[in-house]
Formats: sequence, structure tokens, C-alpha cells
Amino acid sequence: MSVLVFVEDWNGSFKKASFEATSYAKRWANMMNTQVVAVTSNSTTSSELHAYGADHVLQITLTKTGMGIAEQLGQLCNDAQGVVIAGTALGKTIGPALAALNNGSLSTNTISLPLSINPTEVKRGAFSSKGIETIELNGSLPIISFVPNSIGIAEITGEGETNSKDITGNDLMEITEVNVASGKVALPEAEAVVSAGRGLKGPENWGMIEELADVLGAATACSKPVSDIGWRPHSEHVGQTGIQVNPNLYIAIGISGAIQHLAGVSASKTIVVVNTDSEAPFFKAADYGIVGDAFEVIPKLVDALRAFKAAS
Amino acid sequence: MNILVCISHVPDTTAKINFTGDGKALDPNGIQFVINPYDEFGLTKALHLKEAHGGTITVINVGLAATEPTLRKALAIGGDKAVRINANPEDAITVAKELKNHIEANSYDLIICGQESIDYNGQQVPAMIAAMLKLPFANACVGLTINSDTAQATSEIDGGHATFQAKLPMIVGGKKGLVEEKDLRIPNMRGIMSARTKPLELVEPSVNDGATKALHFEKPAPKAAVKMVDAGNVDELVRLLHEEAKAI
Repeated sequence: MSVLVFVEDWNGSFKKASFEATSYAKRWANMMNTQVVAVTSNSTTSSELHAYGADHVLQITLTKTGMGIAEQLGQLCNDAQGVVIAGTALGKTIGPALAALNNGSLSTNTISLPLSINPTEVKRGAFSSKGIETIELNGSLPIISFVPNSIGIAEITGEGETNSKDITGNDLMEITEVNVASGKVALPEAEAVVSAGRGLKGPENWGMIEELADVLGAATACSKPVSDIGWRPHSEHVGQTGIQVNPNLYIAIGISGAIQHLAGVSASKTIVVVNTDSEAPFFKAADYGIVGDAFEVIPKLVDALRAFKAAS
Repeated sequence: MNILVCISHVPDTTAKINFTGDGKALDPNGIQFVINPYDEFGLTKALHLKEAHGGTITVINVGLAATEPTLRKALAIGGDKAVRINANPEDAITVAKELKNHIEANSYDLIICGQESIDYNGQQVPAMIAAMLKLPFANACVGLTINSDTAQATSEIDGGHATFQAKLPMIVGGKKGLVEEKDLRIPNMRGIMSARTKPLELVEPSVNDGATKALHFEKPAPKAAVKMVDAGNVDELVRLLHEEAKAI
């Protein structure tokens, strides 16, 4: 018996969400007095997973789509008491597909470790972060898909073994093209996000936003109106109907803080708001606020952060 | 082509969310319900495809009678007929199985869902239907073109996009990008009048084996009061972010 964790890899390396998933599985397995089996396609650095709790690493050649991978994982679930999947773009397809194929009981958008086992209970975000739901997972195969960066990582000193196995799955479709921006921090997994709205007055003024993001190693984002009028791509739109983020630091510049925007960002750990309007509703949801003109404040903030980074 | 558009009936995006006194459910008092925004992009995409290729658009919802105005609105926007499966949608796999049964009993070339509904944020139903029916599935779909029996779909992936090619029928979990915000249609008077006479079929539920149970709902803990920093003193902000928030 074991907790199975799907550990995603990106071109042969792991990201923070991979270790967070493994660490989640270990803490759940401890509650059930069982071991962790980490399933990954990574054949080179899979031993890294032992330090996060993988007792066994099972290396398999994965198919290319979430549907195919779910079918493969489903064949490994006979002995599983639970499955953990990080809620990445891929994980968001694998979780429900696996639940449907294996009669699993799934919690997505999970933001807590299990509160109990037998039955499994967890907390999950609902109503676009305006509510928190406690959900019970019935049946013999509970599956937990968690929001990356919501749980954290516990490193341990652990050892384990790696085996490989051949398992097939069907993709049902063909991937014809993949475009991933290189050198940019991807929004859903960013530790810091710098986001701007209509207060910036035009797309030509995003240079200072990118500069601030660059100093912080942050991803850039924008409000819905800004993506709707085409100043920035849709993939940068954060909010209720855009991407939902929960970085350690979210800096909102020239965004008033409509309820729909707050719904997508309120899970961020620290929120900084810069706005000319002292009555902007976003200040009520912020940890730190500056009433001021972005065109004056942001260049100064960039300089101050550069000085801070140079000194530390 | 025959297109099925799955419609969720959800609180308006501006709604203030409250729960019942016992924390067991959403308190619907004072809430206006709308077509789930993700589904609205899908419905508009279906209209575009019908205009280009001909066919019929069926809109479907798993819900109790209170959801019928939302289905009628989908008809007013341009759906040809509606189906309501008369069950309270408490659990994703139950909803997915009801939809799967309907899809199996009918013949659709394309099934469009929103990638998630903005009430319970499950992001589960579309992938579940695809897995049960063994059909191709494009999640977070931001682009779709159809060429006879083949679809080309573009999905958001972490940090970029992937494009897939698949044989129809397929399932789409759609979002903005499938069509643009400006493409969304507001029902006109003619649409609203004709929606009253379009068929709305009521189907009794056939599935009764949920896998999850909502135990309790609560609101997130309120934030502490904001600390204001003078615009001329960004060094103080940097200090607070480092020493107090430990965010940098």
C-alpha cells in the first residue's frame, strides 16, 4: 500500500511544484503509516525526490497528454491508498481524468494538507477565493490536486530506490506545436508577480513594470480591462476569469481592485498596492499601500530594490 | 455540425458570497445568477461555428428548476434547444456521468464546456466526460478551428501554449480566447421572444453515486489593516517587505 504522487518534469528537470507534490504525499503517507511512490518520466535527477519524501521512485515513459498520462497512472493505482497531483496546467487534466477512470474521489483546488483520514477531508478554495470549502472524499481512492505554492515544502533526509516500468496510454490526439516563452517566469508558478492596470495609461508604459519584475524575479500580469483592450496578452490576465495566482508577493500598480480582480489574487501572501486614488478598493485587501503616481513611485522602487539586492 | 454546450448557473462575478448560518451551503439571498462566464465564451464560439458550418446548438444544464432562466438566456443568445437534467449538481462525477449519458444517447460532433465554473471552481467535469467517453480533450482551450472532421485546438499550458490536432468528436474546456470579450452577445428582444418557444427538454437524473461531499463552507479570514507607506519613502516599503513580510 502507498500514496502515489505524480511528479511532473519539464524537459528533464523538476520545478518547485514537483517537490511540493512529493512533500505533500509524504505528509499524507505519514498520517496513514504508509510509503510514497513517486511516478515520473524524469530518468536523470529522480533521486532528488528522496529528499522530499519519495520512498520509491517509479520511472515510466509518459505519453504526451493529460488524458494519456491519467490512463497510465490508473494502471498503477491498484495498491494506492491515495494519489497526489500538483494543480499545474497538466495536473488539472490528469486529476479528473484519473478520478473518472478509476472511480476515484477528487478534490481539486486543495489548499490544505488532509485534515483527517478515513474519510479523507481537506480544505479547498471555492467561489473564486471568496469561500473555503471543507470536502469529504468517499470511496477507496482519494485523489488530491493542490494549488501549487499553497502548501509549502518540508525537506527530510530520506533515501529510496528507483525502478522503471513500461506502461502504455493513449493520447487520443496529436500535439502539433508547443510554444513556451523562454527566460520568462511563468505566471502560475511565480513566487512574485508584478501586475498593472489601466492606471498605466498605455501599453508603451510597461517598460517600468517589466523592469520591476526583472529586479524581483517576478512574472508580469495585468487586470482584465488591460487584456480586453489588447494592451497585454490574455495569458497575463489575473482575476476571477483569468489566471488565479497565489505568489508570496503580489504588487498591483494602477489597478483599482474590482471584486473580480481580488478574487484571483487574494490568496497571495503579501499584497502591495500602488494607486493614485486613496479610495481605491484594493487598499482594503492590501498589506502595504502607497498612494502615489506609478510613474514616480515605480522607478524609485526599482532603484531601492536594486540597492537592497546589491547590499544583501 | 451538432454542438453541445454545457452551461453552469453561477453567482454573478460581482456577487458578495455568503453562506447559510450552519455553513452547509451558499446563501442564495440577494445573488443574481448568470451563465458561467467560461461557458459564455464557449456558447459564443458555438454560434460562430454554426454560422460557418451550419448545424444545431444544444445547451444543457444539470440543475433544479431555478436554473431554467439561465438556460433560456442561453437560448436567447442563440442556442437552438435546451436540456435540463433535473438534479442538484452537488458532486462533479455525478454531473459528469449525467452529461456522459446524454452525450452517449445523442450524436454530437463537439462538446464545449467552460474550463471551470466560477462557483465551486472544480475544473473537473470536462476532463471526466472525456475520460469516460475516451474522447480527445483540450483543456484551458483558447483557440479552436474545425475543418470537416478534424479540430485544431490551442490550449494554455504552464508558461505558453500547445496546439493539438484531433478527430471529432472532441471535448473542449474553454475560456476567453476561444472568442474575445467583444464577441460576446447580449440577447436582443427577438432572441428573448424566440427563446420562450424553443424546446427545453426536462430529463430526470439517472446517476446516484457521488464521490465527494461538501461538509462546510467558510469565508477566508479578513486581512489585517493595510499599512500605508509615504510615496516619497520607498526604502521603507523595501524594509517592510524584507523584515516584516519576509517577501523579498
